[in-house]
Amino acid sequence: VVEGLALLDLGVSPYSGAIFHETPLIIYLFHFLIEYAELVFMITDVLTAVALYLAIQDFNKVVFKKQKLLIELDKYAPDVAELIQTPMEMHYIPLKVALFYLLNPYTVMSCVAKSTCAINNSVIAFFILATIKGSAFLSAVFLALATYQSLYPLTLFAPALLYLLQRQFIPIKLKSKSFWLYTVQYASLYLCSLVVIICLSFFLLNSWDFIPSVYGFILSVPDLTPNIGLFWYFFAEMFEHFSLFFVCVFQINVFFYTIPLAIKLKEHPMFFMFVQLAIISIFKSYPTVGDIALYMAFLPVWSHLYRFLRNIFILSCVLIFCSFLFPVLWHLWIYAGSANSNFYYAITLTFNIGQILLISDYFYAFLRREYYLTHGLHLTRQDGTEAMLVLK
Amino acid sequence: VSHYRLFPKALGRLVAALGVRELHLALTQGFWRTRYWGQPPLQAPAGAELWVWFQPTVTDVDKAWKELSNILSGIFCASLNFIDSTNTVIPTASFKPLGLANGTDHHLLRYAVLPREVVCTENLTPWKKLLPCGSKAGLAVLLKAERLFHSSYHSQAVHIRPICRDASCLAMSWELRQTLTVVFDFFSSGQGKKDWSLFKMFSRTLTDTCPLASQSKVYVDISPKNKEKELLEVSPPPTSVHEAIVQGDKKTYAVYDLLSPSLFNTSRSLNVQLKWKRPQDSSEMPIPILHAQRYVGGYGLQTGEICTLIYNTHPYRAFPVILLETVPWYLRLYVHTLTIITKGKENKPSYIHYQPAQDRRRPHLLEMLIQLPANSVTKITIQFERALLKWTEYPPDPNHGFYVGSSVLSALVPSVTATKDMDVEQSPLFTSLFPSSDGSSYFVRLYTEPLLVNLPTPDFSMPYNVICLTCTVVAVCYGSFYNLLTRTFHVEEPSRGGLAKRLANVIRKFRGVPPL
Repeated sequence: VVEGLALLDLGVSPYSGAIFHETPLIIYLFHFLIEYAELVFMITDVLTAVALYLAIQDFNKVVFKKQKLLIELDKYAPDVAELIQTPMEMHYIPLKVALFYLLNPYTVMSCVAKSTCAINNSVIAFFILATIKGSAFLSAVFLALATYQSLYPLTLFAPALLYLLQRQFIPIKLKSKSFWLYTVQYASLYLCSLVVIICLSFFLLNSWDFIPSVYGFILSVPDLTPNIGLFWYFFAEMFEHFSLFFVCVFQINVFFYTIPLAIKLKEHPMFFMFVQLAIISIFKSYPTVGDIALYMAFLPVWSHLYRFLRNIFILSCVLIFCSFLFPVLWHLWIYAGSANSNFYYAITLTFNIGQILLISDYFYAFLRREYYLTHGLHLTRQDGTEAMLVLK
Repeated sequence: VSHYRLFPKALGRLVAALGVRELHLALTQGFWRTRYWGQPPLQAPAGAELWVWFQPTVTDVDKAWKELSNILSGIFCASLNFIDSTNTVIPTASFKPLGLANGTDHHLLRYAVLPREVVCTENLTPWKKLLPCGSKAGLAVLLKAERLFHSSYHSQAVHIRPICRDASCLAMSWELRQTLTVVFDFFSSGQGKKDWSLFKMFSRTLTDTCPLASQSKVYVDISPKNKEKELLEVSPPPTSVHEAIVQGDKKTYAVYDLLSPSLFNTSRSLNVQLKWKRPQDSSEMPIPILHAQRYVGGYGLQTGEICTLIYNTHPYRAFPVILLETVPWYLRLYVHTLTIITKGKENKPSYIHYQPAQDRRRPHLLEMLIQLPANSVTKITIQFERALLKWTEYPPDPNHGFYVGSSVLSALVPSVTATKDMDVEQSPLFTSLFPSSDGSSYFVRLYTEPLLVNLPTPDFSMPYNVICLTCTVVAVCYGSFYNLLTRTFHVEEPSRGGLAKRLANVIRKFRGVPPL
């Protein structure tokens, strides 16, 4: 950003080079705030934590109400009393979420490095808050801002829509007219705000240069600077012939889990949001630790799934070890010269596998709990002996 | 309108077909060591340098440039075909036309430098072929490749520019100037005395002149150092002695006019020899008024810093200098880290033109006009970040590093001694070699060292492995999600079968453990 501002001062368009890839609104914002940069990033992190706190508080109320409704409707099996969430255990969850975000070493690192990821996180947190409060307009505006910054929050449109529909008690049936009406309303709000923001950026710098620099850059991945993701080394070692094909495959990979997840998790849009956020931060083209901090902040919300997680110890060990090894192997490769790029790449692979398995573990635990809630904790086979549960 | 018995037809046709107004090509091996050898007469950057002004009638300058570099690559057997948009820049202030010019739209100028280019015999041969007599007669008989390349510095250049045909300047002619700068450094390399002779340097002597030449002269610099006369002796005695102000200093030249009949009277060959009367122990050369150094700072393969030091040793005159830096795109310059410090204080340039690089398309271009105060050192630093390239973009020896072309300093240096107007008719070659439009200053173009920068390298043996491993990780995600999304929980049906299970049950019975 500092480079972009310096280029503007010299009278050159910041997008004429290949260094600056942020949106014009960020330039405009930092034009005034560049002197107080540290303070700005600290305040953004605090704002994110506050937004998450308020959002989860409201969400807890909704969950509790829904649970009560389902118990009264007798949808739950009789012996699942220990699986039901009580207000006692749910009381401290918002505080835990805020603390998880603020005290996460990833967040601290992101703040110290003054990465604009903090601003991204803040916008997404406000979007989640607006969605949970039920305000479709604000939710669309924040989602448009988040998509404008980096392209991937587009996939968060589906969970937000599902949540708002649920809140309005509109059933999700493809033939229902009110469903389509609401969907179209929300989509048009979102698209209009997106168009307004893009035109505003055009008028700020008087050129459409920023579109290839920002979005073309995210989609075509030209810069191969090593980061914690999987893309950089893959494209550094790619055969030229297949480069375009694999870029398309990788980009589709981020967007393609939305529809199946929407179908499976249509009753549970917040979990869908969590899984979608995690998929974005693992598979986006230039991931940073700030993105990881955002979805990890949601883990206390599902702390009741702890008893169903299968590999949590190994996965947390993997994640912690890899986080420690990242800077060590980076230093060995770049500064000491005694290691190879393969070392750093291996840690990238392990870290990402750890993250993927963490998310799928939570997903498994969630589905399993849902099964137990409706079918009872103590399952018996036809002949009366204790049964095992498998995924078939 | 063709003097193709003198002017090489290849270049003439090239200039006419592609609409070239001025062409300057230099191929250099080695770097001019200013501290040992003094001010260079005509410096060129290490490697190949090509800069061309096109005629205003050319519509697609980039296409003409590409064709020109390819044709020149064929004529000179040099890999000039590697000149493309990633190393071509369009300077705005630095390379003004040296010949007749009718307005200077800098979009007609292209400049490219290939620092990795190696110059050898293959490049000398076509250069010699461009001469009207080739290497068969005249001064060019001295140019034997095996002696020429056994030197510390070798630079050959071709310059084409339009000039006035006569004093009234009603018609225009093309002037082709071929220069060869070679440094035989016997004294510094410890090979003994500073005496030299043509035979010792070239293992040949001059025998006759080229019949097509209207002038053929040898100038030997016999300027007395520290006002001491009779320090050296040249033999055979020269035909005349010529005094001139060259690059701000008064110099005396012994002139051997090869066309004068008196020279070849005694012997058929001319071997110019220079002997020093007293042994010389110091190799001190006068420090030039403007000289520069450049180096890379920093450690590690992630960031670095390019530092340029410019020295102005004039005791009381300050003058401005234009600095042109071309940095390849894979060293990402951060212009907000540009600092210029003179005598401890910040020095703001009066003109900056910065064009940032685009990945794989165009290099960085930084042009600045900096005022150098008298007797000062100016330090210019700019930080950069090293990019990771795709594995096919690395040259054959990737750990050797990447070359960054020399930066160019152009200045009008004030001379210590005033120049008087030269008589153009008497020695047109001399004045064209050392021109000075204004008596009090002379134009100098200096080049700094090329840099060698290491970039982080991926492992080149790994493409299949990397593709497989990364796709495995993506498949792990896809697989787990597919399982969770398409399957549902069921109570397990008991099944008795399975060979492994029955075998396990047998072993368990032996151990006394309940069966599965």
